[in-house]
Amino acid sequence: MIYNIPYIAVAALVLIGLYALVFKRNLIKLVIGVVLIESGVNLFLIILGYREESIAPIYTSSPGGVMSFPVPQALTLTSIVIGVAVIALMLSLVIHIYRHYGTLDVRKVRRLKE
Amino acid sequence: MTEMSKIVRTITSITFPFAMIYGLYVIAHGHLTPGGGFQGGAVVASACAMILVAFGSKWTIDKIKEKKLSAFESLGAIGFIALALLGLVFGVAFFNNFLTGSNFLFGNIPPTGSVFADINTGGVLPLMNFAVGLKVIAGLFVIVLVMAYATTSFKGVKK
Amino acid sequence: MSTRNIAAVIVFSIVTVFFIFTALLMHSFGVPDESDMDDYIIENTQEETGANNGVTAVVFDYRGFDTLGEATVLFTAVAAVIMIFRRLKND
Repeated sequence: MIYNIPYIAVAALVLIGLYALVFKRNLIKLVIGVVLIESGVNLFLIILGYREESIAPIYTSSPGGVMSFPVPQALTLTSIVIGVAVIALMLSLVIHIYRHYGTLDVRKVRRLKE
Repeated sequence: MTEMSKIVRTITSITFPFAMIYGLYVIAHGHLTPGGGFQGGAVVASACAMILVAFGSKWTIDKIKEKKLSAFESLGAIGFIALALLGLVFGVAFFNNFLTGSNFLFGNIPPTGSVFADINTGGVLPLMNFAVGLKVIAGLFVIVLVMAYATTSFKGVKK
Repeated sequence: MSTRNIAAVIVFSIVTVFFIFTALLMHSFGVPDESDMDDYIIENTQEETGANNGVTAVVFDYRGFDTLGEATVLFTAVAAVIMIFRRLKND
């Protein structure tokens, strides 16, 4: 049971992000919710590739011993850069929406005009 | 984003080269130590964003046009794909590591196990690190620069 | 509290219970089930790619196509951000 604490941390991060996505009405808070879910997924990938007492998979002056998995770390690296791109795109659209409507509340952004 | 005070600008001028050199070191040693093109590119882009915050977006966009940065980003992407295609030409497949063991640039093969760093290893990996590093530097900095400059001239909501 | 909010609370509670149970039922932290592919990569990284860093070898050599797609996503995002702010700058 005590070994499942990292998984519970992942569940907590994803649930906090889902809470922000479901119950909040501010666009910036929605972006923060998406970022939290993304962090939870990255943490999940990283802890799936960990072995007990393992070191990083790098041979330069390594102390020796079991190495953790390189593939989840590489895919997490890819995922982080994609996350940065997605955040930049979302924030650009939020700036655009604020310029047009003068508000960040999603309930007020419903006029079908220029 | 407007210009900050003289103290901030001076400290930024002093610390910017160190951050730049650290990022380039992380890119250049990507196949030996923790790091690589993405991480080093993020460090250099953070240094450039520090310049942007301290000196203001108008000053920065006068020095560096976003079209040139966009061209650099395309150059990084073209270099990456060209290296992958060279694997098809000189090797057997797309993304083939054709420089490993060729006694040419980056051609050495290290002995198996814990070794000391030899920068002349890795085949096409250091070249790909440089291409992706250039791409990430230009890409992240042009995103921050364009967003900061577009929000500078904001004068209330357009009706 | 409207009907919509009550429904959202109920669905969110169900999802919470599902997540917590899944987290408790996962395999133990640090003891993965399958490790054949990663063991192969760890053993053969140095002689196949010549790089000491296993993560860089995976990113650029073993799984180069993932990196190609990721570079495409970054390029598209930069193009979209520039396109969004191009109109606003001339106002």
